[in-house]
Amino acid sequence: MIRIDSRTKLRRASRLVWLLALILGSLLLVGCNRDESVPWRLTNVTGHMPDLDFKLVDDHGKPVTGQDYRGKVVVLYFGYTHCPDVCPLTLAQLHVVMQRLGPLADGARILFVSVDPARDTPDVMHAYVNAFDPRAVGLSGAPREIEALSKRYRSAFTREPDKGDGQYEVSHSSAIYVFDRDGKARLLATPGNPQDDLVHDLHLLLSMGASS
Amino acid sequence: MSFRLPVTRSLPLLLAGILLAGGVHATEAEHIRASQAWLRVLPGDLPAGAYVTLENTGDQPASLRGAESTNYASVMLHQSSTEGGMGRMNAVDRLVVPAHGKASLAPGGYHLMLMKAASAVKPGDKVKLALVFGDGSKLDVDFLARPANATDIGAGAEHAH
Repeated sequence: MIRIDSRTKLRRASRLVWLLALILGSLLLVGCNRDESVPWRLTNVTGHMPDLDFKLVDDHGKPVTGQDYRGKVVVLYFGYTHCPDVCPLTLAQLHVVMQRLGPLADGARILFVSVDPARDTPDVMHAYVNAFDPRAVGLSGAPREIEALSKRYRSAFTREPDKGDGQYEVSHSSAIYVFDRDGKARLLATPGNPQDDLVHDLHLLLSMGASS
Repeated sequence: MSFRLPVTRSLPLLLAGILLAGGVHATEAEHIRASQAWLRVLPGDLPAGAYVTLENTGDQPASLRGAESTNYASVMLHQSSTEGGMGRMNAVDRLVVPAHGKASLAPGGYHLMLMKAASAVKPGDKVKLALVFGDGSKLDVDFLARPANATDIGAGAEHAH
């Protein structure tokens, strides 16, 4: 009798432990879904920057807005095709990031926004972005729309003086902006961030799914 | 006496002069070894960036001033920077390769900007550039054309000289 009694007690105790573990576990899971406890490696800009919104033209010549990319994690980068060094380097690195993400990368889009719409027509942009990654989209459009998008994310660009032969450079912000599937601005990366950090954070963001 | 002494005195000086002249005779280019020379091919006639590692085996610093090409009408030595979060590109006068030291032209830093290609360059092609140094001497280097999305990681550019 005494034996049976102690066994029931033991069972009850172990049940209690399991229950506690379950509660603790689910609390941890809830915690993980809350942004503050997500171990982002890049700069978390959640709530500090406006949602993805623009009116531009894609590299097929089709008018597009920010809404068209809802459902995809968006990696936004400003540049121009006549930039021989930093822009291709950044896009090549983003291509490697996408490759490292494997099948998850299909849930992401690289939006390369031209700060040189005079030279970067949809045709030029199409050939350019496709030389880097199949998930890259080249966006161009009216100068004021590009300026509006750039200002929206406190980005900047300046056309440098003509070198005399019609060639000119455009200085531009080197930041990379990351938006979630709902178009919310989430993370900010700079060329100084290691590639591993971008892979790590995009992996997290792509695994999280749409929150709404 | 007063005639012979200056000759014996000046002999070491004369010898030193001959040695110095011999040293000067070797050009900057002759002391430079180029490796990992490659260029990034972009679609259309977009300007391309070319990269190379230079090693100076000489006792004197050398300086790269630019390059010449039979295929590109314009080649400029540039430096990219992302200071203050702004991506910029500046033309630079020279890149010093220290005596018994190295200097690298690599993505995101120093590079040769190649413009106005006479004929299209495809990945896998070898493009000859003549690197021009401070004393006017030149070094022919074969640059391997690599795809647009090539990175430095696992650069397969073989030793070129």
